[in-house]
Amino acid sequence: MSKYSIFSLARNAMSYHQNWAAAWRSPEPKQQYDAIIIGGGGHGLATAYYMAKEHGMTNIAVLEKGWIGGGNTGRNTTIVRSNYLWDESAHLYEKSMKLWEGLSQDLNYNVMFSQRGVYNLGHTLQDMRDIQRRVNANRLNGIDGHVVSAQEIKAAIPHINIDQGCRYPILGASFQPRGGVARHDAVAWGFARGADRRGVDIIQNCEVTSILQENGMVTGVETSRGKIMAPKVGVVVAGHCSVLADMAGFRMPIESHPLQALVSEPIKPILDTVVMSNAVHGYVSQSDKGDLVIGAGIDSYNGYGQRGSFSGIEHTVSAIVELFPIFSRVRMNRQWGGIVDTAPDACPIIGNTPVKGLYFNCGWGTGGFKATPGSGWVFAHNVATGEPHELNRPFALDRFVTGHLIDEHGAAGVAH
Amino acid sequence: MLLIECPYCGERDETEFSYAGEAHIARPLETEKLNDAEWADYLFMRKNPKGAHREQWLHAAGCRRYFNAERDTVNYKVKSTYKIGEQS
Repeated sequence: MSKYSIFSLARNAMSYHQNWAAAWRSPEPKQQYDAIIIGGGGHGLATAYYMAKEHGMTNIAVLEKGWIGGGNTGRNTTIVRSNYLWDESAHLYEKSMKLWEGLSQDLNYNVMFSQRGVYNLGHTLQDMRDIQRRVNANRLNGIDGHVVSAQEIKAAIPHINIDQGCRYPILGASFQPRGGVARHDAVAWGFARGADRRGVDIIQNCEVTSILQENGMVTGVETSRGKIMAPKVGVVVAGHCSVLADMAGFRMPIESHPLQALVSEPIKPILDTVVMSNAVHGYVSQSDKGDLVIGAGIDSYNGYGQRGSFSGIEHTVSAIVELFPIFSRVRMNRQWGGIVDTAPDACPIIGNTPVKGLYFNCGWGTGGFKATPGSGWVFAHNVATGEPHELNRPFALDRFVTGHLIDEHGAAGVAH
Repeated sequence: MLLIECPYCGERDETEFSYAGEAHIARPLETEKLNDAEWADYLFMRKNPKGAHREQWLHAAGCRRYFNAERDTVNYKVKSTYKIGEQS
């Protein structure tokens, strides 16, 4: 497969771009692999990519029940940041941020990573105290960030409403300059192409129906395209992790919820950064096409339906209009939902399971996109070596037994 | 969903209700004898099924009473609601 470059672009321009080779193969599944990754979203593809690149494992299959990147990878609001409060999560998300910074070159695929900065707004005195604490914690962990006043926000974002008379006035924000957005589809496609080039088989339309075990060890999976054997199976299926855990015979502390997002009609450039608010629960950025990309909160009830409630959209849109009154007459183009896997402490579960050779990477909840490269990187280590990496050791499933929860709920600017 | 039938008040808009998690999780008796894994199972582990789910709802903006519902987690249809202590 050819490398993408200015020369390949020029060469293909000669044939009117009709002869580009497919970016990855669609092979028939083999009967036996060294490892199987279940779930062809960003995290699963990144796992396969780093297993091949960092650990030399190339006899791997990625099994995807639909099409790659068709789940939460293609349904999120593409925000990337690493300003988490606690050391464990700060280190994990910062690892991811460092990978993002070189990802397009590493993959030879433009993931359109744009470090346009992320503002996390504060609306009450307690918000501002939490923001100061979090920024201090971030800086001690070597993560960039500073506290900005309402006037500084207004200077950077002229259309934002800092009127102090409204229900939730903006008092200030934390600002992470290295935060930003990336093109979500390109992330899935780039990792797929990178993994495929190293020999990984990406098998779409292949749903896992049961997990095969012998004497407490995983031996393979039964799928809609037949039996596939492997001594190692990594499960990266986000909202469906409880379903897969059920197949394997153990319980997860996960509940799946619908999370919605929506985009507006394309408009001229008006917002060159990312604005998030925990308190009023809205977040917004503008894509390169010009759409405003708006994220809502989760619906409180469990759901696998990839759609959410109208009241959820109404709640978010009213928050956005209070933040940006100028957006009140922008029309919304599309709205959709994904299924997010939330853990009791709002942190992921990455590591070994009660079944030997079976590894889970889930529980990313509402904020998994930003972690895509880092999640894949640590999970690749875990699956390849059988032992967690130092970065994901604190995120083991057994933390719910030992009590070592990492309580990021509300603490880390956990909008998404 | 849109409408949920409260067993006390009848059908009301879904926004009047708040969700209160999986139903029929009994607090274990003789808690001093539980080990950490059993506590974890009670506190954190959930069925989270794809399909029929028994769950608790609170009629927060109505009678303020809890009740149980059987709801499908894929199409969100509420199959039945019943009072706490009753069987559906």
